[in-house]
Amino acid sequence: MEKQNHLDIYYQMVLIRRVEERAAELYQQGKIGGFLHLYIGQEAVSTGLVAARQPQDRIITAYRDHGVALNVGMSANVVIAELLGKATGSSKGKGGSMHMADVEKNFWGGHAIVGAHLPIAAGMALGDQYMESDGATICMFGDGATNIGFFHEGVNLSKVWNLPVLWVCENNQYGMGTTIERASAVSEIRQKAVGYGIPNERVDGMDVMAVRQATLKALEHIRNGNGPYFLEIMTYRFRGHSMGDPERYRESAEIKKWQENDPIGIYHAYLIKEKIATTKELDAIDEQVVEEVQAAVQFAESSPDPAPEALFEDVYAG
Amino acid sequence: MTETKRITMREAISQALWEEMERDEKVFIMGEEIGVWGGTYAVTKGFYDHFGPKRVRDTPIAEAAIIGGGVGAAMAGLRPVAELMTINFAFVAMDHIVNEAAKMRYMFGGQMSVPLVIRAVGGGGRQLGATHSQTPDVIFAHFPGLTVVAPGTPYDAKGLLKAAIRSNDPVMFIEHSTMYQTRGEVPVDEDYLVPIGTSKIQRPGRDVTIVTYAKGLDLSLKAADQLAKEGIEVEIVDLRTLRPLDMAPVLESFKRTNRAVVVEEGWRSFGVGSEVVSRIYEEAFDYVDAPIRRVAQTEVPLPYNQALEQMALPQVADVIAAVKEVL
Ligand SMILES: Cc1ncc(C[n+]2csc(CCOP(=O)(O)OP(=O)(O)O)c2C)c(N)n1
Ligand SMILES: [Mg+2]
Repeated sequence: MEKQNHLDIYYQMVLIRRVEERAAELYQQGKIGGFLHLYIGQEAVSTGLVAARQPQDRIITAYRDHGVALNVGMSANVVIAELLGKATGSSKGKGGSMHMADVEKNFWGGHAIVGAHLPIAAGMALGDQYMESDGATICMFGDGATNIGFFHEGVNLSKVWNLPVLWVCENNQYGMGTTIERASAVSEIRQKAVGYGIPNERVDGMDVMAVRQATLKALEHIRNGNGPYFLEIMTYRFRGHSMGDPERYRESAEIKKWQENDPIGIYHAYLIKEKIATTKELDAIDEQVVEEVQAAVQFAESSPDPAPEALFEDVYAG
Repeated sequence: MTETKRITMREAISQALWEEMERDEKVFIMGEEIGVWGGTYAVTKGFYDHFGPKRVRDTPIAEAAIIGGGVGAAMAGLRPVAELMTINFAFVAMDHIVNEAAKMRYMFGGQMSVPLVIRAVGGGGRQLGATHSQTPDVIFAHFPGLTVVAPGTPYDAKGLLKAAIRSNDPVMFIEHSTMYQTRGEVPVDEDYLVPIGTSKIQRPGRDVTIVTYAKGLDLSLKAADQLAKEGIEVEIVDLRTLRPLDMAPVLESFKRTNRAVVVEEGWRSFGVGSEVVSRIYEEAFDYVDAPIRRVAQTEVPLPYNQALEQMALPQVADVIAAVKEVL
C-alpha cells in the first residue's frame, strides 16, 4: 500500500467521526428530524471494506449508512445537506439519514427495513453474473438482521446460484437493546454462513487493516467465480441505537472498554509505529477535516429546501 | 356518575394491556423491544419487571415469526398480543396476517379460532421517510376474516383494546405515532369495553357530517372548533372500527345534514373515503345535496423533508376548505 492510501484511510475515518459528531449536534438543535443512527465506533468496517473494493464492486447497506456514503466519496456537503432535508442533498432531501445513495459511485443505498436489502443484493449480484461483469456486490447488515427471513432467503439463494456477493455482518452485538444471545440461536454469526455452505471468516472490526485484508481475500475468492463469501466483522457502536436511545440495556463500563479500542486511535498508533506517517501529518488531516465539515454544514444550512413541485417528482419513471 | 381521569392515549393502551394480563393468565405480549427496553413508544414500560419474561417476550427482529407465532399460539388456546414495532413491518408478515390469520376459521369449517391481537403503530408526520411513515390501514380492512380497529381517543383505545383481546377473531389494532400524547377522560377502576364494529358521534352538529377515524378525528375536531367560530356546526362521526364498518350513525347523521366530508390520513385512492362515499350513495342517494368531498394524503410516498411531508399530509386547513366546499 502506498503512503497516500494510508493517509486517505485515516482521513476517511476521521471524516466519518466528525460528520457524525456534527450530525448529533444538528439533531439536538432540531435541524435534523426523523431517525438518526450514528456510525461512531464502527468506522473501520466500512472504511476497510471500501478500501478493498474495485470501482465495479457495488455496495449496499442498512440505515446506518453515513459511513459508507463518505467512504465511497460522497462529499460531506451532500451528506449533511441530505440530513437537513435540503434540495442539494444526495437524495434531494427526500430520503434523509437512512437513505443515502450515489449510484455513480456504485453505492446502492441505505435501506431502512431490516434485512430487506439482502435479497436485493443477491439480485444485483445476479445482474452482474448474468451480464458477465466481474463486479461483486458487498452487502452490509447488522447482527440483528440475521434473524429475519430475508437474511436466510437471500444468503441461501446466493449459494444456490453461486452469486458474486460478499455478505458482511457488522456484529456490534446489539440489535437496538437486544443482545445477540437474546435474539440469535448462535452467537457466532458466521455459523449461519456455515449452515449454507458459504466460506466465512470472523474479523476484528476495530482494525481497519484487518478488515481491508479480509475483504481483499474474500473479493478474490468471489472474482474467481467461487460464489458468495461471508465476513462477520466484530465491532461496537459507541452511541445509542439512534438519537434518543436511553441505553438502559448496557453498562457504561462496557462502552468505556470498547472505547479504549477506538478504531481511529488504533490506526493512528499503527501509522506512527510503522513510521508510515508522522503525528504532524495526521494532525494536519485532523484540521483539514474539521474545516471541511464546518464548510459542509455551512453549505447545507445555506442550501434551499426542495421546491414544492419536488413532492411529485420521481414517483414513476414517467 | 363514574369517576373519570384525564389520561393520555399511551396510558390508556398501557392500562388495557395491563388489566387484561392481570385478568387472564392466557394473555401475553410479544414483539421487538417491548420488554427490557419497555417499548419504543414506552407503552409497555414496567411490564417486563411486573409480569416477567414468560408473559412479556422480547423477540428477534422476525416479523413473520412474531405474527406467525402469534397465530399458532392463538390456535393453541393462548391470547397473544403481538406487537409490530411499526405497521410498516406488517408487510414482512403479510402472509401470516392475510393468508393465515384471516382464513383459518373459515377454511377449516369453523374448527379453529385465532384470538390474536396485532398491535401496530402507524402514521406519518415524524420525518421518518417513505418506508416508515405509512398509514396503510385500509389494506387490512380489505380482508374478510380480519377485524381492523383504529381508535382516536384514549377512552375508545382502552375499551376497544380490551374488547379486541377478548375477541375470538384476529384483530389489527392500529395506533397513531403522533397521538400517544392525546388526552381524554377515561373511567377510573371500571372494567369497561367498547364494542368492536360501532361508530360513534364524537361531536354533534347540524350543518355537515364529517366521517373520520384515528388521526383524522384529531384534525376534524380542530377544524370543527374553528368552523364553529364562523357559525358552521359540523357533526363528527368516528368510525373507530374499519372492518366491520358500522355505517348506521353515518347514514343517520347524513340524512340530517345532507352533506359530508370524509377525512383520513392514508392515500385517497381506494381509501376509507372511497368506501364510505360509495355506501352513502348506495344507501342514502336521495339525501345528497352536494358532492361528498374526501380529505386524504397526496398520492406520493412520504418524503423526509418536513415541509414537503406536511404538504402531502392532510391538514386542518384542508378539512375546513372541504367543509366549506360542500356547504
Ligand atoms: C423489518 C423491520 N423490523 C424492525 C425494524 C426496526 N429496527 C430498526 S433497526 C433495528 C435493529 C437492527 O439491529 P442490527 O441489525 O444489529 O443493526 P444495528 O442497528 O446494530 O446496526 C430494528 C429492530 C425495521 N427497521 N425493520
Ligand atoms: Mg447490531
